[in-house]
Amino acid sequence: MFEHYLSLFVKSIFIENMALAFFLGMCTFLGVSKRVETAVGLGIAVIVVQAITVPVNNLLYTNVLKPGALAWAGLENVDLSFLGFITYIGVIAAMVQILEMFLDKFVPSLYNALGIFLPLITVNCAILGGSLFMVERNYTFGESVVYGFGSGIGWALAIIALAGIRERLKYSNPPKALRGLGLTFITAGLMAMAFMLFSGIQL
Amino acid sequence: MMKKYKEVLFDPIFNNNPIALQILGICSALAVTSKMETAVIMALAVTLVTAFSNFFVSIIRKHIPSSIRIIVEMTIIASLVIIADQIIRAYAFDVSKQLSVYVGLIITNCIVMGRAEAYALKHPPVESFLDGIGNGLGYSFVLLTVGFVRELFGSGKLFGYTIFPTVNNGGWYTTNGLFLMPPSAFFLIGVLIWIIRTFKPEQIESE
Repeated sequence: MFEHYLSLFVKSIFIENMALAFFLGMCTFLGVSKRVETAVGLGIAVIVVQAITVPVNNLLYTNVLKPGALAWAGLENVDLSFLGFITYIGVIAAMVQILEMFLDKFVPSLYNALGIFLPLITVNCAILGGSLFMVERNYTFGESVVYGFGSGIGWALAIIALAGIRERLKYSNPPKALRGLGLTFITAGLMAMAFMLFSGIQL
Repeated sequence: MMKKYKEVLFDPIFNNNPIALQILGICSALAVTSKMETAVIMALAVTLVTAFSNFFVSIIRKHIPSSIRIIVEMTIIASLVIIADQIIRAYAFDVSKQLSVYVGLIITNCIVMGRAEAYALKHPPVESFLDGIGNGLGYSFVLLTVGFVRELFGSGKLFGYTIFPTVNNGGWYTTNGLFLMPPSAFFLIGVLIWIIRTFKPEQIESE
C-alpha cells in the first residue's frame, strides 16, 4: 500500500511532471521565471494550493458529481458530471481566497512573500489540470492527496530550475530577435527533453 | 468604422499575437499540436469561446461590480466551455478523447480571461466579439503552423492522409520521431517567435 503511494508520488513529480510533460501552467511558467526568488515563492504557493484543491475536488466528485453519487440523498439516477468544470474552478477560486485570508491573518510573513502570486494561481492551468487528471484517472481520496502534493512539487521544481537557467542566460549573446521569449521557449524545450528521460521508468 | 473593425480583427494575428507576444494561452498550444485534427478542433473551440465570452462580458460590463468581476467572468467562461465540451463530445468523440483534459483547460486559458479583462470590460459588444475572434485567429495561426510541421515531419501525414510515404510502408520518408515528442513544440514556437521578431524588430523585448 505504502509502496503504491510512494510510486505515485515519484511518478507525479518526475515522470508526469505538470510543467514539462503536460505543459500545464505554461503562462506563469514562462512569464514569472525571470528570478529564482519569485519562482520559489510561486512554487510554494502552487504546492499548497494544489495539495488542498485536488483532494477537495476529489471528495466533491465522488460524493456529489459522479453518476449515481447522489444515491445517499435518494437520487440514484442523477448525473451531475457535466457541472464538473464550473465546480472545480469554483472550488479553486474559493480555496485560493480562503488561503489568502488565512495566511494574511495567521502567517503574515508567508503572505507577504507570496504577494501577488496567490490570487494569480486561480488561473494557473496546472491547478485545474491536476483536478481534471484526478477525475480522468479515477484516483481514490488517498491517491488524490499524494497526487496533488506530488504534482505541485514537480511544477515548483520545474519553474525554479528554469529561473536558475534564465538568470545565467543573461550573460549569453544570442541573436537579437531570439532574445527573451524565443530563447526561453527553446530552453524549456531542452528541459522537457531532459525530463523525458524519466518517461521510460516503470514504477 | 469598417476600418476599425478590420484592425481589431486582424491585428492580433501578426502584430499583437497572443502566443508570440502577449505570452497567453501557451499550455494548450504545446499539448494538442502533434496532429492537425486535434489542433483544428482546439483552435475552433478556443476562438469561439473567446469571442462569445468577450461578447457576454461586454454586454453586462456596466453591471459587474469590479470586486467580483473575476468570478463573474469565470462563470461565463466555464459555462461556455461546458457547452463546447458537450458539443465536441457529441460530434467528434474520438478527438474529444485525444484532447482529454485540455478542453476543460480552456477555462484557465489565459487568452480567454486576458481578453475579457483587458478588452471586453472597456469596449462595446460587437468590437469585443471581433477582438475575441481576432485573438482566436492569432492563436489558431500558431497552433496550425506548429501542428502542420509536427504532423508532416513527424508522421508524414496531414489530417491523417499520407503526404510523404514512409519507409515502413515501402516509401522513401524516414519519420522524425522528435517532432511527435512534446518538446518539439517548444522548439517550433521558439523558432516561430524568432522568425516573427526578425521581421518585426519592434517586438523585441527591452532588457
